[in-house]
Amino acid sequence: MEIPYTVEVRRDTGLTNGKIGIWLFLASEVMLFGALFASYILIRTGSPTWPRGDSILNVPLATFNTIVLISSSVTMVMAWASLKRNRFGTFRIYLGSTVLLGGVFLVVKYFEYSHKFENGLFPSTNNFLALYFTLTGLHMLHVIGGMVVNAYFWGPGAKLWKTNPEWFANRVENSGLFWHFVDLVWIFLFPTLYLL
Amino acid sequence: MSQTTGTVAAPGAHASHDAHHEELGFLRKYVFSTDHKVIGIQYAVTGLLFLFFGFSLMMLMRYQLAYPGAALPLIGKLLGESRMPGGIMLPDFYNELGAMHGTIMVFLGVVPLAVGGFGNFVLPLQIGAPDMAFPKINMVSYQCFFLGGVTMLASFFVPGGAAQSGWTSYAPLAVIASQGQTFWLIGMIFLITSSLLGAVNFITTTIQLRAKGLTFMRFPFFVWAQFVTSFLLLLAFPPLEAAGIMQLMDRLAGTSFFLPSGLVVSGQVVANAGGGNPLLWQHLFWFLAHPEVYVLILPAMGIVAEIIANNTRKPLWGYKPMVYSLIFLGFMSFIVWAHHMFMTGMGTAMAAFFQTTTMIISIPSVVILTALILSLWGGSIRYNTPMLFALGFLPMFGIGGLTGLPLGLNVTDIPLHDTYYVIAHFHYVVAPGTIFGLFAGIYYWYPKATGRKMNETLGKIHFWGSLICMNVIFMPMFKLGLAGVSRRLFDGGATYGFAQPVLHLNVVSSWGAWIMALFQLPFIFNFFWSIRHGEKTGDNPWEATTIEWSAPSPPPHGNFVHAPQAYRGPYEYSVPGAAKGFAPQFEA
Amino acid sequence: MTSTDHAVDHAADIDRHVKIYVTVFVALMALTIITVAISRLHLPVPEAVTIALIVAVIKGSLVACFFMHLISEKKLIYAVLALTVAFFVALLFLPTLTHFNGFWIHG
Repeated sequence: MEIPYTVEVRRDTGLTNGKIGIWLFLASEVMLFGALFASYILIRTGSPTWPRGDSILNVPLATFNTIVLISSSVTMVMAWASLKRNRFGTFRIYLGSTVLLGGVFLVVKYFEYSHKFENGLFPSTNNFLALYFTLTGLHMLHVIGGMVVNAYFWGPGAKLWKTNPEWFANRVENSGLFWHFVDLVWIFLFPTLYLL
Repeated sequence: MSQTTGTVAAPGAHASHDAHHEELGFLRKYVFSTDHKVIGIQYAVTGLLFLFFGFSLMMLMRYQLAYPGAALPLIGKLLGESRMPGGIMLPDFYNELGAMHGTIMVFLGVVPLAVGGFGNFVLPLQIGAPDMAFPKINMVSYQCFFLGGVTMLASFFVPGGAAQSGWTSYAPLAVIASQGQTFWLIGMIFLITSSLLGAVNFITTTIQLRAKGLTFMRFPFFVWAQFVTSFLLLLAFPPLEAAGIMQLMDRLAGTSFFLPSGLVVSGQVVANAGGGNPLLWQHLFWFLAHPEVYVLILPAMGIVAEIIANNTRKPLWGYKPMVYSLIFLGFMSFIVWAHHMFMTGMGTAMAAFFQTTTMIISIPSVVILTALILSLWGGSIRYNTPMLFALGFLPMFGIGGLTGLPLGLNVTDIPLHDTYYVIAHFHYVVAPGTIFGLFAGIYYWYPKATGRKMNETLGKIHFWGSLICMNVIFMPMFKLGLAGVSRRLFDGGATYGFAQPVLHLNVVSSWGAWIMALFQLPFIFNFFWSIRHGEKTGDNPWEATTIEWSAPSPPPHGNFVHAPQAYRGPYEYSVPGAAKGFAPQFEA
Repeated sequence: MTSTDHAVDHAADIDRHVKIYVTVFVALMALTIITVAISRLHLPVPEAVTIALIVAVIKGSLVACFFMHLISEKKLIYAVLALTVAFFVALLFLPTLTHFNGFWIHG
């Protein structure tokens, strides 16, 4: 039994099921991170003092990470574009780069976190750090999740290209939407935590 | 893929393919199924089991409330010395029962049955779809719910027992509570994930997989109800998930999101960084929990609407206003939450804001209830069991809704907040409200799921017994609350002088509860007995007009032999001049 | 399934998209440098927050509109997102507004 509109769009909505599904999921993620940002606003405005981000956190490293993540967004969308241009080899290079750049992001975060711990800075130390670790930690979990899905489409999942290229391109596009969202969250996280 | 106009792939067309498919083994067919009907039944049965378990917790509590400090015969000894030494309930155990009763009823009982059960089983059938848009995700959503349930049940057995800070888990109490609270938080994360996955599925399915000719304004009201409910789940749950993560951080990583500076517990200053805000938890919790109460009521309203139209043999009165009210209600539900927080010291400006939005939200509720009542006027009413429960819902929801008004106005909320009045109000809406709607739905759609009807006599006993007992339990609580008796008191107010004149009402409520348990026995027996021995029915035993009744009873995998099409609105009953007494949506 | 005409339009389409992606990438890099540079000025908090937010919103919009193709998405998606944004704004500000309207805030 086949579910309609998995690959072809439904005429009156102009959308596939997967496209609607991923946007609905992203809407819920907006509310998830929104709650954490709302908590940041409430706690910070309620605090008598609040440290400047650059006094505790490593801005150059995080700027580098921002550039890494934005680049990975570009490679992600280029991966999808390659599929639409029927260039499977190029697709693999771009998607592989996306996963690699994600890995770089994680490595940098590892160094950031361990540097904090070595200097006795933990989530329990104060609310600035509590928010920092929780926000970036949750974001990091999303980076890992996105990398796992992308790695699947780079590896075993790529088989689908042979049997149903249109469906495969759609799935890569939807995975890309998630990845861009992860980048989008970081675009707001970075100035909020590091620059203000 | 061919450029189809989107007709549903009829199983018949794939007969040659299916002939090659192996018959699925027991596990793939009944345990790890991706078929929405199997998943729906899994949700429904699990939900019902949790409802009865949650009810049992309350029946235990009611003994303590009726006879504070008395030893509970038989069962008391069984629960052990750490909870009921000598058969007498300890206050901590009372709190555990209370917190878990609420949690289980709301998150493991009502929502899984109303949304997971009815939504999954009925929705695809009612819109003429072969299944949900994402069948595998549907299966995963049940599994997350199941894991969440296991986690919650396991919490009873950890040192210190289950969560005992109310279903609301307010900080700082919940932050310093014993291990069971951590299980509660982890359980909630599973349950929230389950709901989010379900919501994505329901919304996508409703929009994309509806039959040809089934426009939005031809949807049965049940479909609209589930659609709006799904948006509430999708957008309101994530903030509670965030809050749950933060409370876990406070408990496990020593953060102070919710712990204020200078907190003293049992004479000791808490060695935390402080600077946190207990009210932050309340805001994030109620941001979910207010829309959550609409998640509790909307599916039931949807079910009642279907059953009323069917058993009055008339279209619903005011379908369009009902739909617009539903949408407006869903929207407003996101901006009323702080009426649960009037007593936290908020200023007059914000109190006025939330009071105003709360008063406004009562309007669509009243529109829907009024339309349902007016739908009865001039109808040829059939008093079968589903209709009895649907009719019972109307005044009960009316009482529940109206008694909410003084709670929504911040001045009158002052003496009523956290009293038994609140308990009476919300139980009226959920218990003889929603749960009656859910019972109605079970009796109504049972023939579709099994091919047999449930026994009418047992159904009527179940109805009348439950209706009377519900009122015996909850009506006295209004008086208790107005007298000033607080909720969550393990002795029901026995130590307070002002409570003495009304304490006897606790006994009344308790006996109401225990007798109500007895009246559930005919239902439980009926539910299982009718699977084999119920009166056999065809596809459309209720002579209904909506699309699910065109499928076989029970429907096969893929649901419809031929892809259905909608030719008219959902409630074309007693159309003047028509040959038949009803014109089904699916007939040309 | 697709005609050769369709495929040719299709390819030209993608070429145009790719040009846009590269342009957006450069813009994002520039804006990142700008936002870090401005933070070095150590402006007073209200100004710093406003400027940082404006830059972040521009960057975010570029990612959303062009990488996520939101600029040419269907109405249904816009409707879902509009609803989400409304609730997001309520969630972001109502708790803090309530806090500052509390009785414990003097004056």
